[in-house]
Amino acid sequence: MTDRSHDRLQDPPLSARLTENAVAMADALRRNPTMLFGLVVLTVMALLAFGAPYFGLPEPMRQSPIDRLQDPSAAHWFGTDMYGRDLLSRVLHGGQISLVVGLSVAAMATSVGLVIGLVAGFNRRVDAIVMRFMDALMSIPSILLAIALVALWGSSVQNVIIALTIPEVPRVVRLVRSVVLMLRDQTFVQAAIACGTSTTRILFRHIMPNTIPPLIVQATYICAQAVIFEAYLSFVGAGTPPEIPSWGNIMAEGRMFFFQNFGIIMYPGIFLAITVFAINTFGDGLRDSLDPRMKRRI
Amino acid sequence: MFAYVVRRLLATIPIMALVAVFVFMLLHMSPGDPAVVIAGDFASVAQVEEIRTQLGLNDPLHVQFLNWAAGLFRGDLGTSIYSGLPVSRLIGQRIEPTFMLTLTTMIIAITLAIPLGVIAAWKVGTWIDRAVMTVAVLGFSLPVFVLGYALILGGSVRLGWFPVQGYTSIFTSFPGFLRHITLPALTLGLVYMALIARMTRATMLEVLNEDYVRTAYAKGLPTRKVLIKHALKNAMVPISTTIGLGLALLIGGVVVTESVFAIPGLGRLTVDAVLRTDYPVIQGVILVFSLTYVLLNLLIDLTYVLFDPRIRY
Amino acid sequence: MTGIVKGLRPLSGLAAGLALAPVVAAGLMSEPAQAQDGSVLRIVPHADLRNIDPIWTTAYITRNHGYLVWDTLFALDENLEVQPQMAEGYEVSDDGLTYTITLRSGLTFHDGSPVTAADAVASLRRWGARDGMGQKLMSVTDSIEAVDDLSFTITLSEPYGLVLDSLGKISSNVPFIMPARLAETSPSEQIPEVIGSGPFRFVEAEWQPGNLVVYERFEDYVPRDEPASYAAGGKLANVDRVEWRYIPDAATATQALLAGEVDLYEQPAVDLIPMIQADPSITVQTVDPLGTQGVIRFNFLHPPFDNKYARQAAMHAVSQADYMYSIMGNPEYFEEFCGAYFMCGGPFETDVGSEILRGQDLDRARELLEQSGYDGREVVILDPTDVPVAHGQALVTAQALREIGMNVRLAALDWATMTSRRAVRDAPEDGGWNIFPTWWLAVDQLNPITNISVAASGDTAWFGWPDNPRIEELRDAFARETDQDAQRAIVVELQEELYDFVPYIPTGQYYQPTAWRSNVSNVLVAPVPFFWNITVD
Repeated sequence: MTDRSHDRLQDPPLSARLTENAVAMADALRRNPTMLFGLVVLTVMALLAFGAPYFGLPEPMRQSPIDRLQDPSAAHWFGTDMYGRDLLSRVLHGGQISLVVGLSVAAMATSVGLVIGLVAGFNRRVDAIVMRFMDALMSIPSILLAIALVALWGSSVQNVIIALTIPEVPRVVRLVRSVVLMLRDQTFVQAAIACGTSTTRILFRHIMPNTIPPLIVQATYICAQAVIFEAYLSFVGAGTPPEIPSWGNIMAEGRMFFFQNFGIIMYPGIFLAITVFAINTFGDGLRDSLDPRMKRRI
Repeated sequence: MFAYVVRRLLATIPIMALVAVFVFMLLHMSPGDPAVVIAGDFASVAQVEEIRTQLGLNDPLHVQFLNWAAGLFRGDLGTSIYSGLPVSRLIGQRIEPTFMLTLTTMIIAITLAIPLGVIAAWKVGTWIDRAVMTVAVLGFSLPVFVLGYALILGGSVRLGWFPVQGYTSIFTSFPGFLRHITLPALTLGLVYMALIARMTRATMLEVLNEDYVRTAYAKGLPTRKVLIKHALKNAMVPISTTIGLGLALLIGGVVVTESVFAIPGLGRLTVDAVLRTDYPVIQGVILVFSLTYVLLNLLIDLTYVLFDPRIRY
Repeated sequence: MTGIVKGLRPLSGLAAGLALAPVVAAGLMSEPAQAQDGSVLRIVPHADLRNIDPIWTTAYITRNHGYLVWDTLFALDENLEVQPQMAEGYEVSDDGLTYTITLRSGLTFHDGSPVTAADAVASLRRWGARDGMGQKLMSVTDSIEAVDDLSFTITLSEPYGLVLDSLGKISSNVPFIMPARLAETSPSEQIPEVIGSGPFRFVEAEWQPGNLVVYERFEDYVPRDEPASYAAGGKLANVDRVEWRYIPDAATATQALLAGEVDLYEQPAVDLIPMIQADPSITVQTVDPLGTQGVIRFNFLHPPFDNKYARQAAMHAVSQADYMYSIMGNPEYFEEFCGAYFMCGGPFETDVGSEILRGQDLDRARELLEQSGYDGREVVILDPTDVPVAHGQALVTAQALREIGMNVRLAALDWATMTSRRAVRDAPEDGGWNIFPTWWLAVDQLNPITNISVAASGDTAWFGWPDNPRIEELRDAFARETDQDAQRAIVVELQEELYDFVPYIPTGQYYQPTAWRSNVSNVLVAPVPFFWNITVD
């Protein structure tokens, strides 16, 4: 390690940068109780969602038409829906889809956006073309685009994830590109170029690590938004297959009973709101600790 | 400035062209055949084929695109496959409710959000700040339809103050318009407000640390004056950017809100068209939405001049 | 520039910019101010009126629209007998091959032109090219010719028992009489204009697809003297204006009715009925005494349901009670069990052969499935999630089939997509299907000819394309027979064959209630919602 310290002085390797960020995060968690709160709530939600199959609840898709629309009871804590399915089981299992959709969209949008943004930021010719495409994509309201995509491709969890990812990419690209443009002219990058370092190496070694902190923050917001948008898609009838319980689906199916069996919308609604609230709070905390100067980007 | 506006307007042309190509390709490369739907229950394969030919669906893709694009230049957005009405008429019928809903929402959101954000920044770290921020984060953690239903339950069903659904044109009856628009605009306003209030607070916090603000304080200017005249004015540029970009989010909310409150706007038109694979309508509406979005953001860029005299175009 | 605007307060600039837009929007508005004088009947219809041509589409909503605007030569009354409507009368030649039909005089279309025999001839030809029952009639028809201004003849090539039943067909596609210039439109294209001779006029300028349809009373309509009875009798337009306000969200529509924002809600969801009934100023009543039949349709082109044992297995596995509870909820609105393919309460009701459907028997179902040689392949059930009646049936079927060991995939889609996907003949894994759910009004299912889901003519049969010559033979025999007792005997034989062959599973018979406020009276009891006769205070 010591013989390479010279190298590190100029520009620490990616692993070190990540460790540094991780340390900063751990530190932030200690200092920032709201962020800790967000993380704890999220963990509880994830445990409830992914642990649901082991709680001895009725199968979430098990219908029993004769027992439909029951009020909460010892057998069905949240009552039953219009097909006589256990609402508690559905709401807990529903968390799986919502969390998977949220996390996948965040991961995919940031990684695709990162690659495109890095390339666009570093190559002027690519930049001109790519950014026009991104502008065009960004001018289509994201929810409309997602609805159209799911409606046309057919409803499946996979399609919902892709459809929610596509409209997010341009925003990530812009973010990454702005960081790259800022760094491109800085001394250490210019120096690396002068030394004949390959473009790939510059991009991945010197520039990419700097985009990580804002990207992580951005990812949390994308994740929160994707969880809500999944619900919107289901609500207008272009979401995940209704047989699979997701919070959006449960609420969409329950909308008819809003005035009598409020629980069908309320329980998943509360779980969803708490989850999104927790993700946002966590994201806010991350932003404050990773990059206090960074503004909220949409 | 004039040159800048012209340049920016010209720059929207390739963007809109790309949107047009993109939307067209998207629709025409998807599964689903409007001809089969149109042909009905008893149609033979030959009849379906005849309808495909009539609709031009058997032409090569580029021919279909050129026909459509040529129509666009004549201001002809095509004809709805289902109703047989011109797409421009369908859109024309729906513009007012969506426009008024968006405008009312923005007015509500901006008038509430900016003072809230300023206060939160001014009282940063206190319970006021935390309360405002908690409400703000909650605001965009709730799906709008849950909020919409709750408002219908409270404002229409329990209190009977507002109609449950529908829309009255502002040109027909202004009180009727207000009664119909209030609940949907409040629903959407809360989400949008949350976004703007957060941005206002964040930017204000930054600005309040700047030297000129400290100087203003040092000069003994009253807090109100410093906050509004010096700080807020400088914070308005990023805030208006947020308002503009947030429009995309707002439009998403409009789609859902229109369906909760049964408002005959563009959002419902789009969802209906998408679910029925009514290609010409989907293409038309997405183009109109994109154009609006691009132009509004241009407009907002231009308003920067108002807030920051250093910016000149 | 900056100097001029500098004095403006920050927000007013933004607001001023935005304020320009309503002017633009106003310019685009093409909507005329609505005339609100006179009596208005405000209805929440069961669906949005997408197409205006009732010959072009079978959609029930377009049929209902058709009844407001157009009139028919003959019409079905509440005894299920065909009565003259636009027709003054008719004569049949002794050999039963020539029908001469005379129109009432003094009938006019909404554009002022008189109704003539030429209009009727052109309209029947277009309908005959498009409608299932019409096609059957045309296949035995030599010619339809106008004799003079008010009379025309239909000449058959062989005796046919269902000529008047066809012309007086009450449900889609109804042989409405249009002006010849519209009826000459190709059957595969929509008519360009809505002009009829019915009791109401379609107000094209106010039509907003997805939202509002408006009809105004047609002052020159000449109603018959007899009292209204189903589609027959005098159609009295008692309101000046009928407005269809489409509200897709059931909860919102219910609240609109409760708040008095609409007068009549055509198909409230049964689950919301208790809430509506709690308001004493609202009447909830089933206006269609015949009801509706739920249908689970198999695809006969692909395994496993190309094998009759697999279809029988499915029939053993399901229970009508499960279907009915999941789509209707309240047993007040469905039959506990109905084993009649041609509807309980109809002229051809019989329960012969229905034991297989009555008792759910999973063991027997598994045996039959085994016998069919089912290899565990995936079974695709189309699941139109935007239509509760269809979605509920898909879910119940999926669970029942899984219960007996089938590997089921529910393919979620919306109704419009399903209507195109069910036409795909490819294998399920290539975008086809094995099962789709739907429903038919009893009036469409009452006999073996109108019930097109029992047709088994292979390639030309309804989606699913069953092929069974014996069934077709019996249907043809039914159509030729003119004596009802003999027809009944044929139906008994046919139904036995149907329960063995299983072209579809009748999942039960249910009744759709309608709700209206106390200012509305004289709503007609009929299988189709008719809007004449109704008065509004």
